[in-house]
Amino acid sequence: MSEPPQPERSGPAIGADEWVARSGERAERPRGLVGRVQELYERIPKSAVFAFVVVCAALVPLLTSQTDNDIYFLRVGTVALVFALLALGLNVAVGFAGLLDLGYIAYYGIGAYGYAFLSSDKFGIHWQAWLVLPLVVAVSALLGLLLALPSRRLVGDYLAIVTLFFGQIFYIVATQGYRISFLGLNKDLGLDRANWDLTGGPNGIANVDRLGVFGLKASSERAYFYITLIAVVVVFAALTLANRSRTGRAWRALNDDTLAAQAMSMPVNWLKLLAVGLGAAVAALAGTINAALLQGAFPDDYNTQVLIIIYAMVILGGAGSLAGAVLGAFVVSVLMLEGLRPQTPIGDFTGNGRWVFYGAIIVVLVAAIRPWRRLAAILGGIVAFGVVVHAIVAATTDRGTDGLLNTGPDTYTDGGPLGWLIRHWLALPAGTYEAGSRNWFNFALVSLIGLVLCLTLVKGWKRDALIVPTVWLAGFVWETRLAEETSGPTRLLLLGALLVGLMIARPQGLLGRPRVEIV
Amino acid sequence: MVQPLLELDQVSKAFGGLVCIDRLDLEVREGEIVSVIGPNGAGKTTLFNLVTGIYRPDDGDIRLDGESIVGLSPHKITNRGIARTFQTLRLFLNMSVKDNVMAATYGGTHASLVESILRLPRARREERESNAVAEEKLSFFGQRLMGYRWNQPAYSLSYANRRRLEIARATATEPRILLLDEPAAGMNPVETHEITELIGQLRKEGGYTILVIEHDMHVVEGISDRVVALDHGEKIAEGTFEQVATNPRVVEAYLGTTGAERK
Repeated sequence: MSEPPQPERSGPAIGADEWVARSGERAERPRGLVGRVQELYERIPKSAVFAFVVVCAALVPLLTSQTDNDIYFLRVGTVALVFALLALGLNVAVGFAGLLDLGYIAYYGIGAYGYAFLSSDKFGIHWQAWLVLPLVVAVSALLGLLLALPSRRLVGDYLAIVTLFFGQIFYIVATQGYRISFLGLNKDLGLDRANWDLTGGPNGIANVDRLGVFGLKASSERAYFYITLIAVVVVFAALTLANRSRTGRAWRALNDDTLAAQAMSMPVNWLKLLAVGLGAAVAALAGTINAALLQGAFPDDYNTQVLIIIYAMVILGGAGSLAGAVLGAFVVSVLMLEGLRPQTPIGDFTGNGRWVFYGAIIVVLVAAIRPWRRLAAILGGIVAFGVVVHAIVAATTDRGTDGLLNTGPDTYTDGGPLGWLIRHWLALPAGTYEAGSRNWFNFALVSLIGLVLCLTLVKGWKRDALIVPTVWLAGFVWETRLAEETSGPTRLLLLGALLVGLMIARPQGLLGRPRVEIV
Repeated sequence: MVQPLLELDQVSKAFGGLVCIDRLDLEVREGEIVSVIGPNGAGKTTLFNLVTGIYRPDDGDIRLDGESIVGLSPHKITNRGIARTFQTLRLFLNMSVKDNVMAATYGGTHASLVESILRLPRARREERESNAVAEEKLSFFGQRLMGYRWNQPAYSLSYANRRRLEIARATATEPRILLLDEPAAGMNPVETHEITELIGQLRKEGGYTILVIEHDMHVVEGISDRVVALDHGEKIAEGTFEQVATNPRVVEAYLGTTGAERK
């Protein structure tokens, strides 16, 4: 046998090796101005960024007055913070441990109903908030552990189905819980009533107490903003520390490879229960705040639709990233759910949702399209396309371009100079809002969704070319259809389409890290 | 007679009608390096899965230091002192190199989640200790997994470095017996030689007892105190490398009957 070559115990030449090994990092870093800004930002400690964001958020209520507009504005902020809390909690199971938990919404509801039971006229119990809050949170965490127990061995889709079932059961109990009886035998058992009212059914529980400490009640919009902000800050800090701990490492390990985690001394079943339980505690906290904020617990706030929105927030922000969860919650709830209502008043202006809509499209295009030449070509193409369509429609139809913009409830104006630009870019027919012409706009909406999905299928110059009519059609659908609606399924369809667009641009989410499954 | 550290007593395992391990007896004594060889499908990896608790034997008993470990969940078996690497690498790819090793200290640390969130003294102390353990285990491989690599994700490592990281991760559980599943698979001759030396060092410096599955006969020859040959789940030979390598049944298992007859 020949002598094998002597290995180098000192290892390879470190300098060259490191240069090669880090080539990936260099390639990912954007060059030029963007790269330099990013480099500067990375030099700032994360805790300083965190403190800066918290201080900015804390200053928001001080800038508002007591006008109706400002109170509404602040309410949007508080709702966004409640959603941020929910997204943070969901991020524990979904982002850290990689468990597709669709029963999460139940814990949110348990928090709200638990608080409502113990602090309302429903059962005449009015406990102190400092007593109710920890109790409800603890019970919800315990329920999280118990419900996760039968599903601890399930993974992926199977876990999703079983937990979805739990979530649905909660909703059914909440909506049907106003006529509870023991197999219809209440009378025979000598009980006083044929059935009991526990949850108030579809009407929920109203007149729930405000949060308060020793007779001091939090009743103003500002107070709730600050309470929720403090909750978000505390939960954020706690989850950051949890993520850095041995438990956090174990969650990430079992997310990557459950079998290997098990073989490396981690009790994966217990860790899964712990992740669901911790998430349930956070969700219950959000639920109690929401019940006190709305002064009621209503079943439709805790249904699957809300769950999907929370998931959208976590995935958009980047699963596994806590800052991403908060950012995702703000983007979805402020921009998409509230801001995209054209009649939403922000500050002294009405109809700002329109600018948020167009602004978001431009931001996505600028963020996703490189190099600049391509971006300029696409933006130019979008403008030219609109102008040409407008010219054709104006020449061939009678009043096809005479439509006005909806700028408030039943208010139609020309929208000022920017409105003039929009009306000459889009071809808005006169009598837009008469019932008969609606069919066309429904057709446009469906085509828009089709076009957005087509965008995901094509690549290269074909995609660039397809972006042009898609953006134009999005504007058309917005002005003729969505601006008319203050809520409804079309808004969620738009939300879905926008999410698809964003996820194409950044599949790992806004602040998430790209994950590698198999290399 | 000295009690063996790991003892398999008439262990059997079948999947449906396919018998993977058939009444296997095996002893590994403290400080030994034992190699398991055998053709593909002989049941070597199944043997590892039985010992580490991933499968439960249909029959027989597995004892660590005289105590039965049958029926214990895998993490408890690891806590008792059995750690393994995987033939198909199973690193935590999206975690950093150092986090991979630190994650494996879970069984050796005890701070609860609440303690970690509140950063109580025990949690902080254990975190420092885990950190030190990770750095120590990684430094075992010279410069290969040191310095800037600590913070790189595991997926950025080369194949050979991933194998090294798997060994580092397994040793971070502070095992008494280390189960290495084809540590030299896919490595070039230099790296294979390095692994051979490394296994010797693991015993000398780390004090581990080692059970290793290996196909590379140079490695097996270089490291083994004892070699066990499996075929169709049965032990067909046991002894020193020379004894096993010249055993007609082993030759038959590897080369087929005609080869054996010609010999």
